[in-house]
Amino acid sequence: MSDKVLMKGNEAIAEAAIAAGCRHFFGYPITPQTEVAAYMSKRMPKIGGVYLQAESEVASINMVLGAGAAGVRVMTSTSSPGISLMSEGISYIAGSDVPCLIVNVERGGPGLGGIQPSQSDYFQATKATGHGDFHMLVFAPSTVQETVDLISDAFDLGDKYRMPTMILSDGLLGQMMEPVVLPEAKDPTDNKEWAVKGHQGKRAHNVVNSLYIDPKELEDLNIARFEKYKKIMETEQRAEEYLVDDADIVLVAFGASSRIAHSAVDMARKQGIKAGLIRPITLWPFPEKTIKKHIDHAKVFLSVEMNMGQMVEDVRLTVQDKKPVHFFGRTGGMVPTPKEVLEQIVKLNGGEC
Amino acid sequence: MSKVMGERPKALLDVPLHYCPGCTHGIVHRLVAEVIDELGIEGKTVGVASVGCSVFTYNYFGCDMVQAPHGRAPAVATGVKRARPDNVVFTYQGDGDLAAIGMGETVHAAARGENIVAIFINNAIYGMTGGQMAPTTLPGQVTQTTPYGRDTSVAGNPIRVCELLSSVKGVALAERVTVDCVKNVKAAKKAIKKAFEYQMAGKGYCIVEVVSTCPTNWGMAPGEALQWLRDNMLPYYPLGVYKDVGEEGEQ
Repeated sequence: MSDKVLMKGNEAIAEAAIAAGCRHFFGYPITPQTEVAAYMSKRMPKIGGVYLQAESEVASINMVLGAGAAGVRVMTSTSSPGISLMSEGISYIAGSDVPCLIVNVERGGPGLGGIQPSQSDYFQATKATGHGDFHMLVFAPSTVQETVDLISDAFDLGDKYRMPTMILSDGLLGQMMEPVVLPEAKDPTDNKEWAVKGHQGKRAHNVVNSLYIDPKELEDLNIARFEKYKKIMETEQRAEEYLVDDADIVLVAFGASSRIAHSAVDMARKQGIKAGLIRPITLWPFPEKTIKKHIDHAKVFLSVEMNMGQMVEDVRLTVQDKKPVHFFGRTGGMVPTPKEVLEQIVKLNGGEC
Repeated sequence: MSKVMGERPKALLDVPLHYCPGCTHGIVHRLVAEVIDELGIEGKTVGVASVGCSVFTYNYFGCDMVQAPHGRAPAVATGVKRARPDNVVFTYQGDGDLAAIGMGETVHAAARGENIVAIFINNAIYGMTGGQMAPTTLPGQVTQTTPYGRDTSVAGNPIRVCELLSSVKGVALAERVTVDCVKNVKAAKKAIKKAFEYQMAGKGYCIVEVVSTCPTNWGMAPGEALQWLRDNMLPYYPLGVYKDVGEEGEQ
């Protein structure tokens, strides 16, 4: 398929996963990601795939663990409260080195929160999706097309590094329609030597496990896993730069809020203010290399988020007090307007609006 | 001349088991391994270990193994089976795992008629964590967390799992057995074999509940524990077939 089609973000997630060779989807209904599951339930039976509605997010992530352990491409999608329920399973998946794709179409929190778009799961996605020492690869697309492209990469990199990957979307990107070009269909080879699929009498038994009762053995494994993470931090950081090279005021924003920040940068430029935007595409690993390039010439950084200030902590860790780092955000499902962001830029530029 | 009377089943690896003396896990492991050998399915079987005393089953069975979070073995087994329908998939779960934290996963796997086998060890106590009350702890039974005996007005009532699951459409076999004597061991093996055969015939969810002992946490010698099982467990958890769809399948 190379034609441009108009698709809703959530449906594009599903179709992109199918194109990436995913034939196993386990999920539980929750707004605002429902279209992913609905689309999968329609498509999977027609292509010999598995769509299964579990009794809870707790069950669905463990079905993902089982199918992933058996060596197939597998995914689930949910929204914020669902990730909280899945956090146990995600920790086991990471501790068992099982690849899978987890989609979070974020909504406002905490608690039942709301159903409007939010980015308030940044901490959860990048720091502590479950108990124990581990990370996931976390991708934050900002368009429907990018969502489609990143899903394919997320599956490939998950397999490459044997780890869970996450697409961190939100209610805005999930619900909007944009033209997309779907990628060529992939047929990943069924060749995971570590998978539990029956040894057929040809090898010793495989064990997919996260229990290590000997603390030294567990420490060694965690250290080995963090060596892998170190390599990923060196090689997999991704970010997009927009008008940053000469910028005095460098905005940092991901996903839906980056689209608003992008418009605000354009508005600022029209007023002669040298504003630019760094848009992290990977949230873990955090694209610190890109940010570090601009510390010298930037006068100030502004993190724009749809939460109370989460990614700003990583921006501060990266900038390390060399330049001021400010935050602007709306939360609870409220989306900042370009004008609101522009006001912040003007203020940081020393002007009045 | 010496004669070999019995050998370790091939599907049970030649490694030391960690179970306490007198614990019936060892017998049940052997029965499962014998059935796997007899059906010739080790090469296509995937076992799902749960959390509890049997967590290390992944070191003991020769087939491929995956270890599940506490209570989630039926969901993990569902994932394996849906991904690899030609594999034979079984879970090995204790009472806390299956009937407390994992009751939701259990009932729904059963209701889906998920084509898996659950080997369910009911010894009325949490063994691994040191003897706390289980969902199957008997009324009046003393455990670490029911030091005055289980008071059902406070701690609720023990759950009869086979009876409960027998009402669920999707269950192909729900049978309660024990391994306190040779006759019952033979009956237990027959039930386990039937469960695996039913899965291979695509009949649906099968559970074999094995009423078991925990001499360590019951504070009894192994022989005493078996007698306590006969006197106290079996009256509350009667042996028998609670559901069997038979050759015809569910009507």
